[in-house]
Amino acid sequence: MSRFALPLGIFVLMVGLLGYGLRLDPKVVPSPLIDKAAPAFSLAMLEDPSRQLSTADMRGQVWILNVWASWCVSCRAEHEVITKLANRNLVTVVGLNYKDKSDDAARWLQQFGNPYATSVIDSDGRVGIDWGVYGVPETFVIGADGLIKYKHIGPVTHESLEQKIMPVLRELLS
Amino acid sequence: MLLIFMLAGLWFAPAQAAIEAYEFDTPQMEADYNKLVDELRCLVCQNQNLAGSDADLAQDLRRETYEMLQQGKTPQQVVEFMVARYGDFVLYRPQFKSSTYLLWLGPFLLLVVVLVIVLRRLRAAAKPVEVDAAALADAKQLLEQEESDK
Repeated sequence: MSRFALPLGIFVLMVGLLGYGLRLDPKVVPSPLIDKAAPAFSLAMLEDPSRQLSTADMRGQVWILNVWASWCVSCRAEHEVITKLANRNLVTVVGLNYKDKSDDAARWLQQFGNPYATSVIDSDGRVGIDWGVYGVPETFVIGADGLIKYKHIGPVTHESLEQKIMPVLRELLS
Repeated sequence: MLLIFMLAGLWFAPAQAAIEAYEFDTPQMEADYNKLVDELRCLVCQNQNLAGSDADLAQDLRRETYEMLQQGKTPQQVVEFMVARYGDFVLYRPQFKSSTYLLWLGPFLLLVVVLVIVLRRLRAAAKPVEVDAAALADAKQLLEQEESDK
C-alpha cells in the first residue's frame, strides 16, 4: 500500500494544480497598477473639446474611469450596468473614449444614454497605454488619494458590480 | 473578370495590414527594435509577440517602442515602461527576481530531488542483504530434511 502512496500523492497534486490552472481565465492579466498612482492625463472632453479634464481635477474624490468606445460591442453589454452605477450617485464616473471617432462616440451616447459625468477623448490610445489598457471595456476605481484601487477587465456585469466593485467603493467611501 | 479582381483584393488585404515602415537612425537601433518586438507579448492575442501580431494594440505598442528608441531610450527602459503598465506578463523571457526564483530554479531543484532519490535507491539495491545466520542454518536443515524424506 505504502509503495503506491508517493505516485498517488504526486498524481493528486498534479490533478489539483492542473484543475486550478483550468479555472483561471488567461484573458485576465493582473494589473501592476493596483495601489499605484493613477497615471496622469489631461484630455479634451468629448462634449466640449475646448475644455480639458485632468487627473489632478479628480484629486480628493473617489472616482471611476470606464474605458469605452463606440466600436466596442461588449461596452454596449455593460452600458446598463455602468448606467445603474452612475445613477446611484455614489462616485463620479468618467468615461475614457478609447481610440474612437468623436462623432461616432457622441452618436453612441445619444443612442444608448450618457451615464458619464464627462468622457475624455483618447483618440490615439496613448493614455490607454499608460493605464495598461489592453482590451475595451475596462473599469478602474480610483481612491481620493489618487491611487488605483481596483481594475475590472472586460464588461462589468450586474454580479461583478455588486460583488467586486461595490465593496471596494463602500470601503473607500466609508 | 471584375469578380477575379475583387477576390484578389480580398486575398491581399489582410497581408498588407501588418506592415509598418519605420526608419531607424542606426542599425543598432533597428536591431534593438526587432529584438524588443520579438520578446514582448501582445496582450490581445496572447500567444503572439508584438512583431507577429496584427492587433491594434500591438501596432500601438510597436509605435511606442519605436518612438522610445528614437528618443534615445535604452531597450531596458522600454522593457521597464511596458512592465510598469502591463506587468511581467508582457515578457516572454521573465526577469530573474524573488517572485520568479521558483520558475527559473524549479527545474534544477526538481532534478536535484530526483537525483537524490535515485542515488538512495541505487545504494539500497547495492547493499548486500543481511541474513540471520541461525535462520539460514534452520532453512538449510529444513531443505536437507525434505531432500532425505523423498
